[in-house]
Amino acid sequence: MKTTVSAEVVVLLAGLLFALGIVGVIIRKNIIFMLLSVEIMLNASGLAFVAAGSRWGQPDGQVMFVFILAMAAAEVSIGLALILQIYHQHKSLDIDNLKEMNG
Amino acid sequence: MDKYLWLIPALPLGGFLILALAGKQLSRSSVAIVGAGSICLSALVTFVVGGAFLAGMPANAVYTQTLWTWFEVGAFSAKITLSLDVLSLLFIFVITFIGALIHIYSTAFMEADRDYARFFASMNLFVFSMLVLVLADNLLLMYLGWEGVGLCSYLLIGFWYEQQANGNAARKAFTVTRIGDAAMAIGLFMVFQQAGTLVMSDIGANASTIWQPNSTVVTVTALLLLAGGLGKSAQLPLQTWLPDAMAGPSPVSALIHAATMVTAGVYLVARMHAIFALSETARLVIAVIGAATLLLAGLTALTQYDIKRVLAYSTISQIGYMFLALGVGAWTAAIFHFMVHAFFKALLFLAAGTIIESLHHEHNMFKMGGLKDKMPVVFWTFLAGALSLAAVPLISAGFYSKDQILWYSWTANGGSPVLWMVALSGALITAAYTTRMMILTFWGEAHTPVGHLPGRRITMPLIVLAVFSIFAGFVELPHNFGHFTLFSDLLHPVLPETVMRAEIPSEWLFQLLAALATLGGVFLGYHYYYQQPARLESLRRNAMLASLHRFWFLGWGFDALYDRLLVKPFIFISKINKSDVTDRLYTGIAAATGEMYKLLSRTQSGSLRWYIMGLVVGAILILGIQIML
Amino acid sequence: MEIAFYIAGTVALVATLMVITRHNPVHALLYLNVSLLAHAMLFYLLGASFAALLEIIIYAGAIMVLFIFVVMLLNLGKETAEQERKWLKPKVWMGPTVLAAVLFAEFLALVLSSGQDVYSPAVVSPRELAVALYHEYLIGVELAAMLLMAAVVGAAHIGRHKKLVLHRFLQEEKEKEEEKHEEAVL
Repeated sequence: MKTTVSAEVVVLLAGLLFALGIVGVIIRKNIIFMLLSVEIMLNASGLAFVAAGSRWGQPDGQVMFVFILAMAAAEVSIGLALILQIYHQHKSLDIDNLKEMNG
Repeated sequence: MDKYLWLIPALPLGGFLILALAGKQLSRSSVAIVGAGSICLSALVTFVVGGAFLAGMPANAVYTQTLWTWFEVGAFSAKITLSLDVLSLLFIFVITFIGALIHIYSTAFMEADRDYARFFASMNLFVFSMLVLVLADNLLLMYLGWEGVGLCSYLLIGFWYEQQANGNAARKAFTVTRIGDAAMAIGLFMVFQQAGTLVMSDIGANASTIWQPNSTVVTVTALLLLAGGLGKSAQLPLQTWLPDAMAGPSPVSALIHAATMVTAGVYLVARMHAIFALSETARLVIAVIGAATLLLAGLTALTQYDIKRVLAYSTISQIGYMFLALGVGAWTAAIFHFMVHAFFKALLFLAAGTIIESLHHEHNMFKMGGLKDKMPVVFWTFLAGALSLAAVPLISAGFYSKDQILWYSWTANGGSPVLWMVALSGALITAAYTTRMMILTFWGEAHTPVGHLPGRRITMPLIVLAVFSIFAGFVELPHNFGHFTLFSDLLHPVLPETVMRAEIPSEWLFQLLAALATLGGVFLGYHYYYQQPARLESLRRNAMLASLHRFWFLGWGFDALYDRLLVKPFIFISKINKSDVTDRLYTGIAAATGEMYKLLSRTQSGSLRWYIMGLVVGAILILGIQIML
Repeated sequence: MEIAFYIAGTVALVATLMVITRHNPVHALLYLNVSLLAHAMLFYLLGASFAALLEIIIYAGAIMVLFIFVVMLLNLGKETAEQERKWLKPKVWMGPTVLAAVLFAEFLALVLSSGQDVYSPAVVSPRELAVALYHEYLIGVELAAMLLMAAVVGAAHIGRHKKLVLHRFLQEEKEKEEEKHEEAVL
């Protein structure tokens, strides 16, 4: 199948998804939703990498994507463990409760 | 022998270091041995080196010993070099010999004092500084000694620091001499700028090529250097500190404020005579200051009732004589008078100290009396000193030196009849107050009982000094007595001959007049204080004389003048600047930093969403810059 | 076949939009899964079939499941939805939307400043990928392995349920607090 794809459109799509992820991180107060939005952002950057690799016909883009995947997995596991502890200690998932490291 | 020259200042320095570092741990007798012994050893070395020097006079009549180079900046290098010529030999002889005697005296005098070691440490440091001052071969090293003696003077005047008055006196001495020192420093800068070197022998040799005679530059330089001398030697207008300096122990007054430090000014002028010879104005200034000071101080001494203050003003007056002699160009006469004065003034101060101690710290002469029989040794030695001070003809050393100065004050090229008149009146006044002092202290009925009599360590130095006070004058007899000019011959390589006027009146006449002045003064003192003290009462009731007396008593109002002119405005300005405006600059920087910290620390709110906002805004900004560029 | 491309893109966009606006956490998670599937489609259309596979298996299949497990553990249900409703008022959306829009606008400007770039995506086979991974990027692989190990250990340690042991000074305070709490309840 000979499709023609314009590189900018894909990258722009990735950017748009990234921006949406940022909105999600800023808006939400619930830690789980913030982590979710971070996943959106990671995914969007993965899309950008794969698009770049595809543009030049090299596997490097996908390699980067694999690494991003590994990193996301690690981050999510630790993040969720932390969320569990936070819930256990503060009995709430509001991020504004975690303001003690100030001044 | 010249390689032992460094020992002369090094021994007192060693004494100071030992006593300063370990003095508290040593026993009293060890402190005495180290403190007095270092000076005695130094005196011994002085004799040996001096003897070798005089016996085998080296090439250009000077021993030099370079110890090390202090520092080098560009083309200028300051070396620690000691140079011994006849002038400095004379000075170190006086310093170490009289110093040794005074130290031996102090071992007994300060026996009961708590800070025995500190006293001797300061005294040793002083002797070291003074020796450096006179042995220095360049002006910078001399300035080091100059400052050192100023410091030690402060330490020793304020020795009994627990009393406020002593500390005030020490501060006053330091501040007033500092004014002179600052002027002298500027003078040194000028000398260096003109001559390119600070080595005194080089300056002296090349002076006439470096400076134009009577030009403004050389006059200003000479006057600035003179100002330093005026400060240290307590001459007009910087004489106010010396009477108050009597707050220190008597050995201190004897060593520092009679024999050595106050003569540093005389040394400076004599050493740099080449510069002063080039400026007529400067010489005139010196002579006038000397004359004015001797009269002013003499009249003040006549009114004082504290025996040490009488001696203090007497010192100021006698140094006035030395400056007068320097001003008219009678260089050797000034040094001669310095030497003789050192002996009898030290003697008088030491004796006064003994009297005060024995009478339980009674300073007021009017409360003394009758000590002639109670303290015979002190009486006879004091008498010898007093004879010399009053310059009683023929039998005292003081006569020969003072007579020389009187002679030259008219006949030298810089002299004038006016100066001679002033000096002559000064001689009369000197004899008067000396007699007054003697009579009040030793004759009459005893108003205060005598405590313990002085021991051997006190009376021996007194006796030695008394002998010198009488016999030291015989090294230089006047021209018409036999022309025995041992002293001036000795100083010939260093100090030039006095230039005389064209016509010289008869020397016999002058000597006669001088003798008459002295005897007249003695008679005045005798008459008013011994024969008919009642006449004194009638004088006191005279209102005008009483106010004159009061004016003279207060040192001619100089203290009040300086207080009004300098001290009060200074205190006023200090009060205005109490919060220290210039310090605000630095505390302001610290305060601003504190404010910035408070401001910036608010950005660390601990709220994660705040940080994320920051990240996003930052990303926007960076991308914006990327777009623009 | 561009149309497939645009459809997948639109689905991804809409799904992501729904993720960030939902109140119920489980809804959000499910929409995210849809978004990930759309991503996988995009990868396949770009010729990166192995990446698509990985996306589905690992991202949508493992990471999201992890999320769902945690949500279940924490029992986030009705109350969370209520809370989110309270927190997400329309005026809260304004500022961040503007910022994100500005960011996207800058991004747009930068990307469009370079010329048009049209190409035909060729399939990059898993074989090439594997060769690249284990030849050039071998160190990266090793590091990723270490990272994963650290994550496992860390998660196991952090996630442990420890009994909270207070210092004996704080014990009294805690007892006082508990007493007060009981009194308040009573």
